[in-house]
Amino acid sequence: MKIGAPKEIFAGEARVAMTPQSALVLQKLGYECVVESGAGALANFSDADYKEAGVEVIKTAAALWKAVDIVIKVRAPEPVEVKRFTKGQALISFIWPAQSEELLESLKAKGVTALAMDMVPRISRAQKMDALSSMANIGGYRAVIEAANNFGRFFTGQITAAGKVPPAKILVIGAGVAGLAAIGAAQSMGAIVRAFDVRPEVAEQIESMGAEFLFLDFKEDGAGDGGYAAVSSPEFREKQLELFRAQAAEVDIVITTALIPGRDAPKLWLEDMVLAMKPGSVIVDLAAEKGGNCDLTVMDEKIVSENGVTVIGYTDFPSRMATQASTLYSNNIRHMMDDLTPENDGVAVFDMEDDVIRGSMVTNAGEITFPPPPLKVAAQAKPPVKMVEKTPEELKAIEVQNMRAAGAKQTQLLIAGGIFMAVLGMFAPASFMQHFIVFVLAVFIGFQVIWNVSHALHTPLMAITNAISGIIIIGALLQVSSGGWFVGLLAGISILIATVNIVGGFMVTRRMLAMFQKS
Amino acid sequence: MSYGLVQASYVAASVLFILALGGLSNQEKAKRAVWYGIIGMAIAVFATVLGPQVQSYWLLIITVAIGAVGGTILAKRVEMTGMPELVAMLHSFVGLAAVFIGINSELSPSAEMVGMMQALEMVNVDKGVAGAMATALGADMMAHMDEFGALIAIHHVEVFLGVFIGAITFTGSIVAWGKLSGKLDGKALILPMRHTWNIIGVALSFILLILFMNGAGMWALIPMLLIAFAIGAHLVLAIGGADMPVVVSMLNSYSGWAAAATGFMLGNDLLIVVGALVGSSGAILSYIMCEAMNRQFLSVILGGFGGPTGPAMEIEGEQIAIDADGVAASLDEADSVIIVPGYGMAVAQAQQSVSELTRRLRAAGKEVRFGIHPVAGRLPGHMNVLLAEAKVPYDYVLEMDEINDDFPETDVVIVIGSNDIVNPAAQEDPNSPIAGMPVLEVWKAKQVFVSKRGQGTGYSGIENPLFFKENTRMFYGDAKVSVDALLQRIK
Repeated sequence: MKIGAPKEIFAGEARVAMTPQSALVLQKLGYECVVESGAGALANFSDADYKEAGVEVIKTAAALWKAVDIVIKVRAPEPVEVKRFTKGQALISFIWPAQSEELLESLKAKGVTALAMDMVPRISRAQKMDALSSMANIGGYRAVIEAANNFGRFFTGQITAAGKVPPAKILVIGAGVAGLAAIGAAQSMGAIVRAFDVRPEVAEQIESMGAEFLFLDFKEDGAGDGGYAAVSSPEFREKQLELFRAQAAEVDIVITTALIPGRDAPKLWLEDMVLAMKPGSVIVDLAAEKGGNCDLTVMDEKIVSENGVTVIGYTDFPSRMATQASTLYSNNIRHMMDDLTPENDGVAVFDMEDDVIRGSMVTNAGEITFPPPPLKVAAQAKPPVKMVEKTPEELKAIEVQNMRAAGAKQTQLLIAGGIFMAVLGMFAPASFMQHFIVFVLAVFIGFQVIWNVSHALHTPLMAITNAISGIIIIGALLQVSSGGWFVGLLAGISILIATVNIVGGFMVTRRMLAMFQKS
Repeated sequence: MSYGLVQASYVAASVLFILALGGLSNQEKAKRAVWYGIIGMAIAVFATVLGPQVQSYWLLIITVAIGAVGGTILAKRVEMTGMPELVAMLHSFVGLAAVFIGINSELSPSAEMVGMMQALEMVNVDKGVAGAMATALGADMMAHMDEFGALIAIHHVEVFLGVFIGAITFTGSIVAWGKLSGKLDGKALILPMRHTWNIIGVALSFILLILFMNGAGMWALIPMLLIAFAIGAHLVLAIGGADMPVVVSMLNSYSGWAAAATGFMLGNDLLIVVGALVGSSGAILSYIMCEAMNRQFLSVILGGFGGPTGPAMEIEGEQIAIDADGVAASLDEADSVIIVPGYGMAVAQAQQSVSELTRRLRAAGKEVRFGIHPVAGRLPGHMNVLLAEAKVPYDYVLEMDEINDDFPETDVVIVIGSNDIVNPAAQEDPNSPIAGMPVLEVWKAKQVFVSKRGQGTGYSGIENPLFFKENTRMFYGDAKVSVDALLQRIK
């Protein structure tokens, strides 16, 4: 089958769904790869690069649509692109099915099998195809870069000959993938980073990135389905705004990433907070596409408030880093293709039993298959059951108990051994008892000595015990000269095999030990 | 050489043997310790040969010469992967020698024994003579007669036990050898009513012991010998491949007890001492192996695996394969690597390639270490010897307890040919048949690669959730081929 990536026609979109690198992997899966001429130009992939990777370059989009079985794109197709589809073709791209009913209808009418990259379920197996996360990661990083670009100071604190520079203070609201990426980027540039999220369980993740988690003393868990946040109660919201208001005067940069699935972005950074900020401060609103977290945000624009605070509402952060974004997105796509191609034979199989494929499929064979049925397996792991910590007193009590049990057992063994010895001593003759003492002592010495043998030398230990148990030769030596030919024969054979043991055992032990070399 | 001098040399030999075993506490001391063992053996053998009881020197020289040549050939030829077979074979020799010596001491009892028996016979045959003797020799001598009786009874038990243990060791070891070398099917052979058969065998042997003590002679000894042969073979036939470390250690122990029984039979303290040392050594090894599998010794020897105690935990996720390029790229980025080898590495003969991989990664400035589980391989310490042969320095090779805490800080773990010893179910699933078994916690590392031939389960037949973890990638293929493919990509 042929896979083709056309040039994106959405204004300002610089990403591309196939890179020369991902094409190599797709070819390994058995697919032929096609790309529209100039598709990768804005992401710094030239037609020559593609050709070198074995990708066919086609002049026009129309020709590409005619040539391929599967179209892969970044943005959802425009009406003019939808027209080019023929029945039975497949589409993989961002689709946003919940907001674009018209598109679904037209895809259905065309008989296209469409997979939405934004509908890939959030289960661990599908993480490698999670394009939303890849893009959010880039968005978070780029948000910090944009903020730095519009901020008139260093991020890191410095003490220079010319004077002291205070570090920038950054507040990140919403610690999803984008928020965490922003924390990481800002942290590594040397800023002091604080972060807030309504889901208390992400506190650990925030702290692991080196940021300070702003703790809100309020009993409400803001976690919703699928690891996303849910809508919070009015009381909670009040508390939250109070916290932000207190921060507003202090921080230099605010990066907001708060989104609730299927709703407008919550307003968290109100106008009065913007006015409370110092001139020259920067707000980057990553939720601008959904109306913004900040009151002043204007989608796709950068504005300056009356008190000199820059508010950035761009929505195309990933596209602003087109090379990186294309690389990650094309990797997500190729992982998806990997899942679609169980036999590695270049034939895509749309297995409706597969949660990932079913979840992301929005139209198939003239039907709209959105929304998908709920997942069969729970997407989230259950929180681990907390072990009940034992107090030191309890531990001590258990220890004492164990010691007592061990002591009692030892006493029992000693008494049993004593009784056995007494019985033996009553009946056995003295000469036997002498040998018996030797035997028991030797067993004890054996136990003491062998416990100290290093585990690494257990094989040599077995070999050397093989060798010394050849001492049984002495028994045969004592018998070989007494009695008739049969006794002599048996003793002779015993001597022979015991010698094999002695010589073989010692030699192989030496051979092994010689191998053990220190570095 | 006088009797006293012979005994003195036995004392010296005993001390040297203890030093030899004690020296194995570390690798450098061990190289010297072997010499203690060799010298001890030489002293003991020469003292015995020069002692008063040995006359036929020619026969001795010939048999010893043949044995020495045989032993040398074995020791030089054996592959380190074949060590378990060699050890098993040598155990069988000790067992066979114990059987022969036991039979011999029945066929031609020592002069002392003959004297006592004759004296007793005289007493028993004719009560009149006894009465006359009693008056002539006094009560004192009659007390001696009682002691003779006890001594002879004990001697009979000793002979019987020596032959019994020797016979079990012999056939048990032969079967173990056959299984380890692939000449016999490695799977456990489970007969119907297997425990009943063993109990019947032991009971019959006990009856034969009573007959033997009442003068049945060879007529009791030979049937018992055959029964013991059968018990030994049956015991080991019923045990499967991965329990072999326990079986081989157990047979090691038996060969010691056989030597000790022979020592009692002949009244020779040196044999008793060495037998006891070897016997306890094998017993400790068996104990360590069982601890490492969290199982009772008896259940290993008599049991096979216990069934699950409840439904197994459901495993989420899928096994994700990776190719050599992917593994090489990860290794390239990693700073710390731990390799966990298992029997599969030995089967694929991959240890040389693994060693070369270690050398190259080390040369690139990465920390590469090995984590060894006590029951990895088919012999206690087997992996250590294989890696040593492949010239992996022993200070990179760590035990489970030493390395288990380091996994969370490790970038890449490569599991080569092991399965159950890295199974997280042992800790996470209380219903698993291996629940509670100590395992190497490889899943805590950032990335785990599992080199494995196919998707099959391990020896215990239980699914391994490790293969389904998010940070695990399956590197399918023969271990040696896989590692060689890595070597081509890592310069």
